[in-house]
Amino acid sequence: MSTVHVTPVRTYLLVFFGLMALTFLTVGVAHVNIADHLPGQVTDAINDAVAMAIAVTKATLVVLFFMHVWHSARLNKIVVWASLFFILILFAFSLADYFSRGWLGVPGK
Amino acid sequence: MASEARPAPLAHHFDDYDQQRESATLGMWLFLAQEVMFFGGLFLAYTVYRWKYPAWFALGSNQLDVPLGLANTIVLIGSSLTMVLAVRAAQLGKARQIAGWIGATMALGTAFLVVKGFEYHHKWVHHLIPGAGFHIEGTTDPAAQTFFVLYFCMTGLHALHMIVGLGLLAFLVPKALRGDFSAENHNWVEGVGLYWHFVDVIWIFLFPLLYLLGRHHA
Repeated sequence: MSTVHVTPVRTYLLVFFGLMALTFLTVGVAHVNIADHLPGQVTDAINDAVAMAIAVTKATLVVLFFMHVWHSARLNKIVVWASLFFILILFAFSLADYFSRGWLGVPGK
Repeated sequence: MASEARPAPLAHHFDDYDQQRESATLGMWLFLAQEVMFFGGLFLAYTVYRWKYPAWFALGSNQLDVPLGLANTIVLIGSSLTMVLAVRAAQLGKARQIAGWIGATMALGTAFLVVKGFEYHHKWVHHLIPGAGFHIEGTTDPAAQTFFVLYFCMTGLHALHMIVGLGLLAFLVPKALRGDFSAENHNWVEGVGLYWHFVDVIWIFLFPLLYLLGRHHA
């Protein structure tokens, strides 16, 4: 007996075309200074934020559908979340260190 | 007898094929969690150095070829589509289809590496390889090399993963044609598929980080 979930080809094609659309979108907005088109004082980093939001969306589509996490066992989902959690620890603690180094006048530095 | 399809049997320490497959998938995911941390160090280095040298990263990013990067992104996402269709064929136990989709995936993966090779050669010709011969229009600050150190480390490690992936796919083709995979047991195809998609996910982040960020200033 096998209980594999077989996803319809249609779903895979939809995900593929979604990924294509997001790829062209990210290339398109990369050449636009988004801050110029928004009211008020918007940080220049808005371009970075938009590019990363699109990349995260694309990665999520790949992980959920191409990597079958949507229909996967709960244990696999826990491993996926755990890997994201460890990346979060790596970034949060390292960046808290690097970004705050100039805040205090440390003698001899 | 010997020439007939011989799907890998159920290993004696599993209750059934479902349990065997779920164990294999879980093992692959644990490996990929480790891979996330492996690449994570490089992404962290990129973040810290880009924060430290934003102008040099924007300058470096503008040296890369967006149309080639875009073409490679399309090729790689296309290869993920053919890979997932190979896994689907395996789930349905269709041996020839598995081999065909794996062949398509290998062709696209090879195309990606060929384009990457042309890009590396272009960087070599234009003195953009970090080291004594490095020269970039716009600055003499050696810190401008940092972007290219990370560019070569990140895309190089990614390309190495692709080469390993191509080797694994080549290994699967004769197994598929021999009928080693069945709807019950195609854990090899599923596992290599997960690995291939992971490599795609890494590129989904590398493409905007290396090629696109800082373009709006140019």
